[in-house]
Amino acid sequence: MRFAVSLLSVLGVASIIGTVLKQNESYENYIIKFGQFWFGLFEHLGLYDVYHSGWFLVILLFLVVSTSFCIYRNGPHMIKEWRTFKEHATEKSLNAFGHQATYQLNSGAENAKQQLIQFLQAKGFKYKLKRQADGSELIAAKAGTHQRWGYIFTHVAMVIILLGGLLDGNLPFKVQEILGHKRIETLDIPESQVPDISRLDTNNPSFRGNMTLPEGSSGNVAFVRVRDGYLVQELPFRVALKDFRIEHYATGQPKSFESDLVIIDPDLKQPITKTISVNHPWTYKGIAIYQSDFQDGGTKLDFKVWDLFSPNTQTKPLAGAIFQIGILGNGGDTLKVEYNDFRKFNIINMSQDGKGKPHNVGPNITYKLRDNKGQAIEYVTYMQPMQIDGRHYFISGMRETVSEDFRYLRIPVDGDFGIDGFMNFRAVMLDASKYPEIARRIAAISLEGKKEPALKKQFETSVVQLLTVFAQGGYSQIAQVIEKSVPEKEREGAAGTYIKMLRVAAYEAYNMSLAANNKPLLPSGDDSEALLRDSLNSFSDMFFYGSPYYLQLEQFEHKEASGLQLTKSPGQKWVYLGSVLLVLGIFSMMYIRERRIWLLLKPASNQVLFAMASNRKNLDFEQEFNLYREQLKSLLA
Amino acid sequence: MNSHSLDYQQKTLLQRLNWQDWLYALIIIAGSVFAYIQYAQYMDIYEVGFLFGAAALFSYLGWQWKRLAKLVLIVGVVSLFSITLYHGDQARATQVFLLKYLVSSQSAVMWMNVLFVLAMVTYWFALFKRSVFVGKVATALTWSAVLFGFVGLMVRWYESYLIAPDVGHIPVSNLYEVFILFCLITALLYLHYEQKLNTKQLGGFVLLVINAAVGFILWYTFDRQAHNIQPLVPALQSYWMKIHVPANFVGYGAFSLAAMVASAYLLASKGFLASRLPSLEVMDDLMYKSIAVGFAFFTIATILGAMWAAEAWGGYWSWDPKETWALIVWLNYAAWLHLRMVKGLRGAVLAWWALVGLMVTTFAFLGVNMFLSGLHSYGTL
Ligand code: HEM
Repeated sequence: MRFAVSLLSVLGVASIIGTVLKQNESYENYIIKFGQFWFGLFEHLGLYDVYHSGWFLVILLFLVVSTSFCIYRNGPHMIKEWRTFKEHATEKSLNAFGHQATYQLNSGAENAKQQLIQFLQAKGFKYKLKRQADGSELIAAKAGTHQRWGYIFTHVAMVIILLGGLLDGNLPFKVQEILGHKRIETLDIPESQVPDISRLDTNNPSFRGNMTLPEGSSGNVAFVRVRDGYLVQELPFRVALKDFRIEHYATGQPKSFESDLVIIDPDLKQPITKTISVNHPWTYKGIAIYQSDFQDGGTKLDFKVWDLFSPNTQTKPLAGAIFQIGILGNGGDTLKVEYNDFRKFNIINMSQDGKGKPHNVGPNITYKLRDNKGQAIEYVTYMQPMQIDGRHYFISGMRETVSEDFRYLRIPVDGDFGIDGFMNFRAVMLDASKYPEIARRIAAISLEGKKEPALKKQFETSVVQLLTVFAQGGYSQIAQVIEKSVPEKEREGAAGTYIKMLRVAAYEAYNMSLAANNKPLLPSGDDSEALLRDSLNSFSDMFFYGSPYYLQLEQFEHKEASGLQLTKSPGQKWVYLGSVLLVLGIFSMMYIRERRIWLLLKPASNQVLFAMASNRKNLDFEQEFNLYREQLKSLLA
Repeated sequence: MNSHSLDYQQKTLLQRLNWQDWLYALIIIAGSVFAYIQYAQYMDIYEVGFLFGAAALFSYLGWQWKRLAKLVLIVGVVSLFSITLYHGDQARATQVFLLKYLVSSQSAVMWMNVLFVLAMVTYWFALFKRSVFVGKVATALTWSAVLFGFVGLMVRWYESYLIAPDVGHIPVSNLYEVFILFCLITALLYLHYEQKLNTKQLGGFVLLVINAAVGFILWYTFDRQAHNIQPLVPALQSYWMKIHVPANFVGYGAFSLAAMVASAYLLASKGFLASRLPSLEVMDDLMYKSIAVGFAFFTIATILGAMWAAEAWGGYWSWDPKETWALIVWLNYAAWLHLRMVKGLRGAVLAWWALVGLMVTTFAFLGVNMFLSGLHSYGTL
C-alpha cells in the first residue's frame, strides 16, 4: 500500500521533469542552452523526450504490474465482501462492536422479526437469516456492498488505460531499434532517398506522423519525429491537397483553418473528397487525418531591388519563390537570397503600452542574404507601410543570428504613401555632383545680405564637406569627424550646428529630388519637418542595414501548404473503455457506502441486539447509526 | 402494522417532490425548449444533447437543493431582464443606467467582486463575535455574489453574440472567464456544505481563496483589459469546451475548498480559534467529502480533455504541460485518497497534504500558463 502511494509520487515527479525542460526541441537549441557537457548528459538520460524514454516506460510498466498484482491480491477479497452477508457473526463478536444497542422486546420474537425485516427492507438493506445453536436467530443485512466493485473497476481501469497507452506509444519501434532493425534518419534528404531501415511500412500498428502538403500536391508518406531525427511512415493511400483556406474574424484573428483533401486509393473506385478543419478530423482506413498547422507552400514573389548606396534611382526586378534561392548582384560580390517565409496576415499590437487592439499590418517576407563566405543576415520586410506614433513607415528588420531581436530600418512614406520619395532623396544625398548646388542654395538663403565672396565660398565648402561625410556613414560618421577635429568643450555646439545645417541641406535635397520627378515641392510646416527628420534618420540607419539591397515586395502569388497530422492509435478504444470503468469505479467507491447491520433476536431473554458497521468510518455513518438506533427503539418499544 | 412503521419509511426522491418542484422543472424544460427552437440551427447534435442534459441536471440539482433552484430561477429572470435592456446593441451597456451600474456583464461581475469581499469580512466578523445573525448576513451576501456572478456570465454570453454572431461563445474560454467560474463554483460548493453541515464558521476561510481569485480578476481587468471579449481561436471552437472546462473547475473549486478547510483544521488542532470553529471531526469529514467530489470531477474533466485532444490535436495524450500537470494533480489526490481510505490515515498529515495539493493545483491552473508553453497556449497571462 505504501508502495502504491510511492509509485504514484514517483510517476508524478518524473512527469514534472518533462514540463520543466521543453521537450523535443532541436538538439542545436539544447546545446546552446546547456553547453556540450550537460547536453550530453541530459541526452543520455533521455530528458529531451522524457515520456518516451526507456526509464519512464519502465515506471509505467511497473505501475501496470504492481496494480495488476494488487488486483490479484485484493480482488478476490473484494468479491467475497461484496457477496457475503457475514451471517456467521457470533454474539460475542457483535458485542465487541463500537456501534451497537440492545432492546427489550415487548411483543413476541416472531412479530419483532417481521418488523425488523420490514425496517431493513425500507432502508434498502438485503438480509439473510441464520438460526444460531442457542435458538436465537440472526438477521444479517448489508447495503451498498457494490462499493467493492469500485475498487476492481478503478484498478482494472488503470491497467487497461496504461496498456492502451503503451500500445500507442513507440514501444514496437523501441524494441526494433534496440535489436538494430530500425534506425532514425537524421539527415535532411529527400524522402525517396531515406533508406529502408528508417522506413515504417503500412503494417505498423500505431504511429503519429506529420505531412506538409502544398496546395495542388499530394503525398503518401508521413514523417514521424523521433528525438533529433525522423522516420518515414508509409501510408496505404495517397492524400492530395486541393485547397487550403484560412478564414478570419473581422478583427483579423484567424477563425478557421480548412483543407480540402482528396484520398486516392487503389481500393477505391474513385477518389474521395473531404474537407477537414481543426476539431473536425477525418478517419480513413483506421488512420485519422487532422488539420494541425499550415505554412507557406512556395508563394511566388516579385521584388524591386534598390541599391541603397548607388547615387541613382535605378532598380532591378527580382523574381523568386519561398523555399527557393535567388542571386543578387554580380561578379565576386554576389549574394544568395534564401526566401524563407511569406505571411499574408500579421496581427500585431502596435500600441506602445500593449493595451490597444492588435490589428493586421499586411504581408511580410522573411529571407536571408548569404555571402560567398557563407555568412548570412536575416531580413524581415513588410510590404505595406505601418503606422507608428501617427506616422507611416516602411519597415524592414535585420539580424545576424536567430538569438537576436530584429533591428528595424524605418523608411518614411512620401506624399503618395510610396517609398520612392525617400529613395529619390537618398540618391541626391549620395550624389556628390549635387552638393555644390545644394550648398549654393543654402548660402543664398542663410547669407542673405552678406556679399563677401570669400565668406560665401568658405560656407559652401563646409556644406559640401558635411554632405560628403554624411554620405559616407550618416550621423555616426559625423560624430567621428567631430571627435577627431573639434576640442571636447566645443563638440556639442559643433554637433548642433551640423545637425541644423543637415536639416537645411536635406530640405534642399528633397526638393531637388521632387523637382526632378515633376512633383510639387515640400510645403513648409511640421509635417515636412518630421519627414525630413525621419528621412535623415533612415538615411543614417541605412549604413547599419548589413547589405546594400533593399527588397521591395511588389507582388505575390500566394500558395499555402497545409500541415496534417496522421495518427493510427489502436490503443485509443482501450483507453476510452478504461476511462469509463474508471469513472464508474470512482463514483461507486465514493458514493456507494457499504453498511452492515446485524440484528440478533434472543427469544430466551426477549432481547434484540443491534450492531452496525461500515468499512468507512465517517460522520455519515455515525449519523445513520444514531438515527437507526432511535428508530429501532421506537419501533420495538 | 402499527403506527411506528411509517416513521422510518424513507421516501424516494420522486415521492418527496411537491408542486413547486415540478413547476421549477417545468420552467427549466420550457426554457431549454425555447432555446432549442430559437437557436437550433446554430447547434450541433452534441450541443442539443448538452442543452437538454443541462436542463435535466439542473432540475435534479434543484430538487435536491432547493436554494439552488431559487438561484437558477432568479439568475434566469435577472439575465433575461438585462438582455431585454440591450435592444441588441452592445453600446447600451455603458449608456442605460441599469445596465451601466447593475446588470451589464461587466457591472454584474464587479458587483460579484464587491459582494465577495463584503461576505468575507462579514464571515470573519461573525466568527469573532460568535454571532449567528451576522453569519446569516454573510451567507446571504455570498449568495448574492453568486447571483451577480452568474448573471455576469450569462449576459457576457449574450454580449459576445452582439459583437458578431461568429464571435459569440460560451464564457469559459479564457482566464478571465474561468476565474469568475472558479469563484462561483467554489462558493456554491461551500454554501452547499455550509447548509448541510452547519459550518458558517468556515466561510471566512473559504472566502479567502475566492477573494484571491477576485483580486486576480480585478488586476486582470484593470491592468490587462482582459474583460474584453475575444473571438475563439480555431482549436477552442468545439462542443467539448462546454463540458471539459466546467468539469475541471468543479475539481479546482472542490480542491480549493478542501485546502481552506484544511487550514482551519490545522489552526484548530493547534488550539487557535478551536472554540469557535466546528469540531475536528466535522472539518475532517468536510475535507474528505470535498476532495472526493473534486477527484471525481477532475477525473471526468481529464478524460473529457483527452477525448477533446484526440479530436483537436490528433492524440488523446500529448504530454503537453497542461495535461501533464493535470495528471500530477490527479496522482496527488489519488495518493491522498489511498492514504485515507486504505491506511485509514486522518488528521493533520492529510490536512497539510491538502494544502500542498492546493499549491500543486494552483500551479496546474496558473503556473503552467505563466511559465510553461504548450498546446494550451490560449491562457497566457
Ligand atoms: C496505477 C496506480 C493506481 C491508481 C491510479 C490507483 C487509484 C486508486 C483510486 C482512484 C482509488 C479510489 C480512491 C477513491 O475511491 O477515492 C484507489 C483505492 C485503492 N487502491 Fe489504488 N490505485 C493505484 C494503485 C494501487 C495499488 C498498486 C494498490 C495495491 C497496493 C492499490 C490499492 C488500493 C486500495 C486497497 C484501495 C481502496 C479500496 C477500498 O478501500 O475500497 N492501488 N486507488
